[in-house]
Amino acid sequence: MSVAVSNPIPVNPVEKYLRMERIPHIWCPGCGIGTALNAFIRALDEAGFEPDKVCVVSGIGCTGRVAGYVNLDSFHTTHGRAIPFATGLKLANPELKIVVFSGDGDLIAIGGNHFIHAAQKNMDITVICVNNFNYAMTGGQYGPTTPISAQTSTAPWGSYQAPFNLPKLAESAGAVYVARWTTYHVRQMKKSILEALRKKGFSFVEIISQCPTLYGRRNKFRDGITHMEWFKEHSVIKDHPIPSDINLGFRTETIVGKFLDIERPTYLDAMNDRYQRIREEKGV
Amino acid sequence: MEKESTTKTPPKIKGEVFIKKERCKGCGFCIQFCPSKVLAFSKEFNEKGYHFPEAVNPDACIGCNLCGLYCPDFAIFSVREKKSK
Repeated sequence: MSVAVSNPIPVNPVEKYLRMERIPHIWCPGCGIGTALNAFIRALDEAGFEPDKVCVVSGIGCTGRVAGYVNLDSFHTTHGRAIPFATGLKLANPELKIVVFSGDGDLIAIGGNHFIHAAQKNMDITVICVNNFNYAMTGGQYGPTTPISAQTSTAPWGSYQAPFNLPKLAESAGAVYVARWTTYHVRQMKKSILEALRKKGFSFVEIISQCPTLYGRRNKFRDGITHMEWFKEHSVIKDHPIPSDINLGFRTETIVGKFLDIERPTYLDAMNDRYQRIREEKGV
Repeated sequence: MEKESTTKTPPKIKGEVFIKKERCKGCGFCIQFCPSKVLAFSKEFNEKGYHFPEAVNPDACIGCNLCGLYCPDFAIFSVREKKSK
């Protein structure tokens, strides 16, 4: 080990994108949000965007802390309003690359309506949703993504409401790029985020994450590794499956992959086209 | 000739792993998913009381940087050594 001591430890390549004075972050040991952030930063580095032209918007929750840790222009919005803020940012300054990085409770529960409307308008933003199956920051209450029969602090006998199928929701609302990976699939996740960043239009990446402190502890995934090993054994990679077949159940196999990659005019393109045509017709 | 083709050739790719032990929270992802089993938990603690990983088999490292991709705390990464040839 004397070799390692003699050489000074070089700087981790992700550090230039992080506010190092705020690290270590608040996420629990074994949490998957750090892995998701790590993949996002590496994808951003590979994409080669100018850091001044990238904005990260987050909502509230564990994943909502991402905006505070990245060394980019970032905004920590109120609960559920990350996508409206990102929409405004994009319309005011179309040059910017907008990334919404938030959790399932923020994007799909309270911000669900904004999510489907941004997808329907095909706003040119990238949405990365870290799905940990519960409201982790407030104590592990069940949410719209909790699978049936999973235990949470407010569902001690198991949840009984059908969960949202996020890729199906995004696809049917009108997203142009939809992918889902677990925190085990780091390389694929990084590649998907890179593709989503380069895609023009509403691109959506769902990252299924473990939550060892709240969700995992109540559902026999006693630590992060146990849950990741479970992801490893029970994930099936499928490209372009039928959307209704990719529902997430409790301890059933998880279908991951790139589900959709199509072209559709974005909101700004459609608006500019329309006004251009009207101007030509009126001779203005 | 046949015997020679079936024997395993030693890995040509070499890498080096760098660990920032004071930043580690001891989740163990890097140890669990390292493809060449380079890492193991140290017996020592860091400032916060976590067992951090250490390279017990540093010669096996291929510099794939999978540990760096998994680490939620940006505490570890590996680089591929440039060939001297």
